[in-house]
Formats: sequence, structure tokens, C-alpha cells
Amino acid sequence: MSKVMTADAVAASLDSGMTVGIGGWGSRRKPMALVRAICRSPVTDLTVVSCGGPDVGLLCAYGKVRRLVAPFVTLDSIPLEPHFRAARESGAIALTEYDEGMFMFGLYAAAHRLPFLPTPAGLGSDVLRVNPELKTVRSPYADGGELVAVPPLTMDVALIHMNRADARGNAQYLGPDPYMDDLFAKAAGRTYVSCERLVDTGDLLKEGPVQSLLISRMHVAGVVETPNGAHFTACEPDRGRDEAFQRLYAQSARDPDRWRAFRDRFLSGDEAAYQDAVRTWREESR
Amino acid sequence: MSAATRAEVCAVACAELFRGDGEILAAAVSGLVPALGARLARMTFEPDLLTTDGGPHLTAEPVPLGAPAGAVEGWLPFRDHLWLVLNGRRHVVLGASQIDRYGNSNISCIGAWERPARQLLGVRGAPGNTRVNTTSYWIPRHSPRVFTEKVDVVSGLGGDRGAFELRAVVTDLAVLDFDTPDRRMRLRSTHPGVTVEEVVANTGFELVVPDEVPQTRTPDAAELRLIREVLDPTGLRDREVPS
Repeated sequence: MSKVMTADAVAASLDSGMTVGIGGWGSRRKPMALVRAICRSPVTDLTVVSCGGPDVGLLCAYGKVRRLVAPFVTLDSIPLEPHFRAARESGAIALTEYDEGMFMFGLYAAAHRLPFLPTPAGLGSDVLRVNPELKTVRSPYADGGELVAVPPLTMDVALIHMNRADARGNAQYLGPDPYMDDLFAKAAGRTYVSCERLVDTGDLLKEGPVQSLLISRMHVAGVVETPNGAHFTACEPDRGRDEAFQRLYAQSARDPDRWRAFRDRFLSGDEAAYQDAVRTWREESR
Repeated sequence: MSAATRAEVCAVACAELFRGDGEILAAAVSGLVPALGARLARMTFEPDLLTTDGGPHLTAEPVPLGAPAGAVEGWLPFRDHLWLVLNGRRHVVLGASQIDRYGNSNISCIGAWERPARQLLGVRGAPGNTRVNTTSYWIPRHSPRVFTEKVDVVSGLGGDRGAFELRAVVTDLAVLDFDTPDRRMRLRSTHPGVTVEEVVANTGFELVVPDEVPQTRTPDAAELRLIREVLDPTGLRDREVPS
């Protein structure tokens, strides 16, 4: 059965107040076309769970975020995300800040319906001070050690971007890192996958080995074909990060007038208009 | 061959961090100079080290800074990095926006966490890394703003908060360690051309300063050749530590 749908239909299926997980890592393989669709939609008051990059920044810029759950937010080649910084410094968003290993264990716990997973990561640090709801457990075995009991990062919806998918929702990564995307898919009540290219199921193994089939249709509610849909983040091997455009984004974000101009030029229409505007900008800057 | 630059002294000091580590991952995640140091250590006195291309590839041989992986001997995507933290065969070189006398470090934010004056990266992996892995630091600009009496958010653990092992702190001025009875930071050596007074003046807390402070070891001719001709021919190291 086909699960193919549009990015705007994904955004329309969200309700304000939901918890939304976003795959990828920093400025790498982010489902930006789906994020842009959310920015165009009326949904608001979201709790966003993400190894954050411009997905978090853009949603903050559009006032969509009530709380962020994350171990970091970065653009990688540009260390700090300007919209996230502004949102934190103005007090616009609440933050649940975890260590990276804790964050991964929270995803594993949610993906496997566990009440918590124990880890030494976080002990002794201010992660426990700023998250007073976190509890520790003592090992029941001879070592008797204290461990952080990381609760499941359950989420209503997960959004991920993959290189290939079929209409059923099986999805494939062809780059060098799966990030946490399969864990997001299993942790969520429903998962939407955008992909660079839709292919027939029988063609999935033409471009990658069987272990590149990261996401199973049993965990997928909808599939969206969005060529260049991770733009401007990296989506190897199909496309590298658009560093020049990322610089434009980051520079624009530092000044209200320039940000308004950026929004008007690139984000005032639908995804096709965005891609057209990026293409025109690239030709002009040659 | 011309005398070693400050960046080259720093690269060798970073290489020295890994001396004796054997067959573990050198996780030089905080900059170009520590990555250069890890690869230099592997090419000279620590040949069993594992090093990366700066991405998910364990490279068959140390590769120049910024170069593609070439032949690959292993795969280390982010999730396996995080598992390897717990496994423990790993020595990480972290960065810090603030670090105190016990080696507590901050990369999260400046000011009150609830409403920061300056939001930074977030704690990233620093809490877990410092709890269970050998940790060193690379600070490219030694200043009282970084070496502070107190850090605003404890991202990485100091020796007074249960750090596993803090090996050393390499800066553009000096090498520091925690080889003191109460695990306070100590000046181990100053780089050529740097005085003890200069280091003390650029440190915002009271350093332990031994009566005799040696000079940081300078690169030998073979190391200089490897840095200049093999591992960093385009001079990326000078971006982090200008001459």
C-alpha cells in the first residue's frame, strides 16, 4: 500500500503541543523540507527532540518551539546556531539538556519500550542539576555503583530524511553514518520519511547493501519524495552541505532586517519555490 | 629547516598527550592541532593508535588534515563513538570555553543556565567522556576568560567531581596537568618564548607553579618534516595558532 504523501500533508497532520523528533545530526541529513513545511503551517508549541542543527534554528525562528530536548545545537562548520542562541538568550524556549550518550540511551529506551536505561554519563555534571527530574539507580549487583536512569525519549512524531525509500516506507541511507535515525523511527508513535528519490522496492539493493536498509515500513506512516530536501545540510553521497548557503543563512540570522529579506526571498513560498530561489541565488553568486 | 613555530610546538605537545596509550582511539574532537598531534604520535612513537579522517572512518594510515580517508581500516559512526565512550578504549581531547583549577569545563553556555548571557554548543558528550574516558584539553587561546575561578555550567567533570583521568591541558602558551596532591592544576611547562609570569597573568585562578618550570619539548627534525611535508602541508595549524 502506498504511503506517499506531500510535505505539507505531513505538517498538516501535526497538532500543536506535540513532541516531534528530528533525525540527522547537526547540519547533516536533516529533513529540512519537512521542517520548512512545518514553518509554513499553523502548528505551534512543539517539544522538539533533536541532535540539533538548522532544523532547531529554523523552528525557533518561526516561534514553533516550546521546549527543546538536545545534547547540542550546531551547524558543524559554523559552531553556533544563531537562531537557537537567540531563542535561549531571550528566554523564548525551555531546554532539556542531555549528554550525547544519555540522549542516545533515551532514544534506545523509547525505541524498545524500556522505562529507563542506566549509564554513568551525566553523573557529577550539571546535567543532573538542570534536569532535577532525572533520577539515579544503584546497580543490584556486586559493584553497587550509581548510574543515571535515563528515561525514554518518547515522541508523537519523528521526521527523518533518507537517500532512498520505496512507496511502502522502507528507507535506505547511502552515506557513511546512520546517525540515530532508526532509533527515532522506532521511538515515535508515527514516523514520516522524506527521501532524495523514491524507487521501486526491487531496486533498493541496486545502490546499497542490505544493511543500508535502515528503516522498515513497519515503523513508517508516510513517505515524501523531496529531492534536495535536506538542503542546506549534508546528504552524502547525493549532495554535500551547501556551505555557501549555510553561511548566508547564518549571516542573515544575526540581523533582523537581513533575516526578513532571507525569509522573503527563500521561505515565503512552498518547497518548489524554495528550491527555485536557491537555484537562482546560486546562479547569481557564480 | 627553520625553527618550530608555536603551532608546531603545540602539535607536538598534543602528540605527547597520547604517549603510552597503545591500541586505543585517539579522539581529537576539539580542533586541528590535536588532530595533527594524534596523527603525528601515530606516525612516530605511538604506532598502534587508531585515528580518524575527522569523520566516521578509521583510516588505515594517518592522513593529512582535511584529506579524504584513503584506505580505511574501520567504521565509527556517531553512535559507535558514544558506545566506545562506555567501552573505554578511547582518549579524548576536548575543548572548553571555561575551565577551572580542578579541570571542570564548560561548553554549554555563559551566565545562568536558565537564561544564558551567551548560549554555546550545549554539553555535547563532555559529561560522559570525562566520567569514563581519559581526557585532555586543547585551549588555543590561553586567557583569564577561559581559565576561570568557577565555570558557569559543569559540562566536563573536574578531578573534584569524579573525572576518570585528566591527563593534561595544552594551550598556546603552556602545558598544564593535575599532578598535585589535591588535583589542582599545575604548570608543567611553558612553550619556548613564553614566561611563567605570562601564563600566570593569563590564568584567572591560582595555578600551582613549581620552583623549576621546564620548557615544552620542541619538535625534532623528523617531526617537523612530518608536520610540514606530510600531515599539514597547507598550514591549517596556523589558523588555530597564528605565528
